[in-house]
Amino acid sequence: MMPVQYLRCLNGVVGREALRFLHQRERFVAALVRPLVWLFIFAAGFRSVLGVSIIPPYETYVLYEIYITPGLIGMIQLFNGMQSSLSMVYDREMGNMRTLLVSPMPRWYLLSCKLLAGVIVSILQVYVFLTIAWFWEVQPPLAGYLTVLLALVLSGLMLGALGLLLSSVIKQLENFAGVMNFVIFPMFFASSALYPLWRIQESSLVLHWICAANPFTYAVELIRFALYGQVNLEALAVVVICTLVFMALAIYGYDPGRGLIARRGGPAG
Amino acid sequence: MKVVETDTADDEARDVPALEIAGLTHDFGKRRALDDVSLAIRPGEFTVLLGQNGAGKTTLFSLVTRLYDNRSGSIRVFGKELREHPSQALSRIGVVFQQRTLDLDLSVVQNLRYHAALHGMARSLARARIAEELERLELGERAGDKVRQLSGGQVRRVEIARALLHRPRLLLLDEPTVGLDIGSRQGILDHMRRLVREERLGLLWATHLIDEVAPDNRVVVLHEGRVLAAGGVDEVVRQAGAADIREAFGTLTGTKPR
Repeated sequence: MMPVQYLRCLNGVVGREALRFLHQRERFVAALVRPLVWLFIFAAGFRSVLGVSIIPPYETYVLYEIYITPGLIGMIQLFNGMQSSLSMVYDREMGNMRTLLVSPMPRWYLLSCKLLAGVIVSILQVYVFLTIAWFWEVQPPLAGYLTVLLALVLSGLMLGALGLLLSSVIKQLENFAGVMNFVIFPMFFASSALYPLWRIQESSLVLHWICAANPFTYAVELIRFALYGQVNLEALAVVVICTLVFMALAIYGYDPGRGLIARRGGPAG
Repeated sequence: MKVVETDTADDEARDVPALEIAGLTHDFGKRRALDDVSLAIRPGEFTVLLGQNGAGKTTLFSLVTRLYDNRSGSIRVFGKELREHPSQALSRIGVVFQQRTLDLDLSVVQNLRYHAALHGMARSLARARIAEELERLELGERAGDKVRQLSGGQVRRVEIARALLHRPRLLLLDEPTVGLDIGSRQGILDHMRRLVREERLGLLWATHLIDEVAPDNRVVVLHEGRVLAAGGVDEVVRQAGAADIREAFGTLTGTKPR
């Protein structure tokens, strides 16, 4: 295979994901309504209850809506990462996965293409969300819209790789509800998405440890700082390392000799 | 891609089998799905893999398409060991899986273009091949339709067109006529026989339907993961001491054929 063929393959996988996304309006609307409900209702309700003091990257007191926006962006990417890789396996009984895996391209490359395609779709969703949020007084500096792009690529890769990994190792997750209960909700709530870590520390030390060990926290912080044109080095390091680890394990899981498919008990025929 | 074509010509001149499986055993946990399976398919041969549901046909297909690795035995595609040269082997294989694998929400052309991209084909080449294959399978007018709008027979034909896009030399079809009416079934069979005859493709057709076996086919009888008989139809009938292939299958497997 020549380099140009690799590019064509990537192009094809991304193009297909984008087409699917455009065709599935319900998926798009659902992906957007979820964080907007949190922003419009939850944040408004808790605005007075939860005071957020001045912490970096913010230079003044900020509204609660502004505080949770990076968390909601992370939520969009978290859902997206889980959905794009798990739906592949569970909803479609691996039909699409088969199509992908019989390509003569190396398997690690195919999975990376798939991952990247999901990230691009999630970034589209995030920008639509940010546009709507702008009218809701969530107005980071204009340059932040650009710098956040880099953070979104990294956080999207990490969460997408986690989804791929889960799809390769978890044998019995009957439907998406299971993933919601056991992955998405715990990751989202036990993170800095809704409340700063120092506040969690005040109420429970154990919970603080959990939040500090949760990779999602670092994705959110990376996005939070990037929205204000800053780099949170610790978050950056954790996100990059987690991405590499998740991806390596996912590739291992999809290795035809072990992991997912071989252990599944095989087909009926 | 040029290199591959020259390779193919050489292979056929040397009469290298399109697919050669030797001593293949595969377990799912404690269940043995395939037990010491050996078979060979030469270019220009239409081979029917005959077995009931659960005989191990789909497992065999999954191993040959490298959905999972074989841990024992060998699988060679035009002389190349699959485990060592997966890319070269897979680029020569076209496959139609038993389950539907097209994206229902995308159009016929979009589905085919995706497949072409997965094989690294240039856009212009893909466009020409897609038009050509759709024309051949009498699907030209449905090119822009969503797959959801097609009939079962048309979906199958699109999957076959897709499997042929990258000009494979070995075609694998797993129960391709399941759920189709007699007309569509016959149409697909005729098309495949023509491909084998005119383009000398090696073809493996897995089915549980005995009436899909033609007198000039080769047959491999697979039962509970083991190859019970293999050869020309006459040969297999003779081996089993039966009057026809239906009876031979029944005698060999100790079951009532369909």
